[in-house]
Amino acid sequence: MRNAITLLLLTLSTSLLAQRPVEMADTMRDNGKIYVVVLVLSIVLAGMFIYLWTIDRKVTRLENKKNEE
Amino acid sequence: MKKSWWKILSFVLILYSVIWGFLGDVPRLPILNETIRNLYFHVAMWFAMLGMMTASLVYSIKYLKSSSSAHDLAARIFAETGLVFATLGLLTGMVWANFTWGAPWTNDPKLNGTAITMLVYFAYLILRGSLDDPEKRGRLSGVYNIFAYVLMIVFIGILPRLTDSLHPGNGGNPGFNSYDMDSRLRMVFYPAVLGWILFGFWVTRLRLRLNALRTKPVDELFENLQ
Repeated sequence: MRNAITLLLLTLSTSLLAQRPVEMADTMRDNGKIYVVVLVLSIVLAGMFIYLWTIDRKVTRLENKKNEE
Repeated sequence: MKKSWWKILSFVLILYSVIWGFLGDVPRLPILNETIRNLYFHVAMWFAMLGMMTASLVYSIKYLKSSSSAHDLAARIFAETGLVFATLGLLTGMVWANFTWGAPWTNDPKLNGTAITMLVYFAYLILRGSLDDPEKRGRLSGVYNIFAYVLMIVFIGILPRLTDSLHPGNGGNPGFNSYDMDSRLRMVFYPAVLGWILFGFWVTRLRLRLNALRTKPVDELFENLQ
C-alpha cells in the first residue's frame, strides 16, 4: 500500500515537473528590443566581412602586379 | 567578382544565421532554455573544423600522389584554420557547458575526445616544424595527417557514441534525431555550417595566396601598396 502511494506521488510529481513551462526570453522578444541586438551583431559582422574583402582585393592587386613583372 | 560569389554566399549565410538565429522560434527545452541557440554558433565551429580537416586530408593525399609543394602547403594551412575553428568551438563549448552542465570542463567523452584531437593536430604542426627537408617533411606529415584524420573521426565521431555522453546524439543514439534537432533548428543550423565552411576556405585561400606572393622578393611591392 505504501509503495503504491509512493509510486502515485512519484508519477504525479514527474508529470507536474514536465508541465512546468520552460522559461524563455519572451519579454525581450515581445518589446522588440532583440532587434537592436541583432542589428548591432549584423553591423559588426558586415564590417568584418568588408575588411576581409578589402584584404582579398589587396592580395589580388599584389598578384596582378607580380604577374606583370 | 565572378569567381567570388561563394565569398558573398558565406557572408549571406552567416548573417542569416545571426539574424534568424536570434529571431527564429526554437524548441522550449528545460535547462537549455534560450541557450539552444548556441547550436548555430558553437556546433557550427566544429562542423567547420571537420570541413577544414577534410580539406587538409585531401591535400595531403594529393601531395603524396603529386609531390607538389603547393599541395603540402595547402594541407598545412587548412589544418591551421581547422585548429582556429576548434579553439573557438572549445571556448564557446566551455561557456555553454558552464551554464548548462555546471562546469566548464566535464569529463565527457566528447570533450576529452576533442582535446585529444586538437593535440593530434598540434603534433602534426610540430612534426612539420621539426623537419627541414621539404620532401621528407611533406611525405612524413602527409602520412601522419591521414592517421590524424582517422583519429579525429574515432575520437569525436565514434568513441563518444559508444559510451554515455552529455552531448545529444551520443550514448547509442543516432546524432540529430528528431528529438535533438527539429526542423526549425535545421533551417538555421545547416546554412550556418555551410557559411562557416566557406568562410574557412576563404581565409585559408587568402593565406595561401599571400604565401605564394612571399616566395619571391615582393617587399618592394608591399611598400608600393602602402
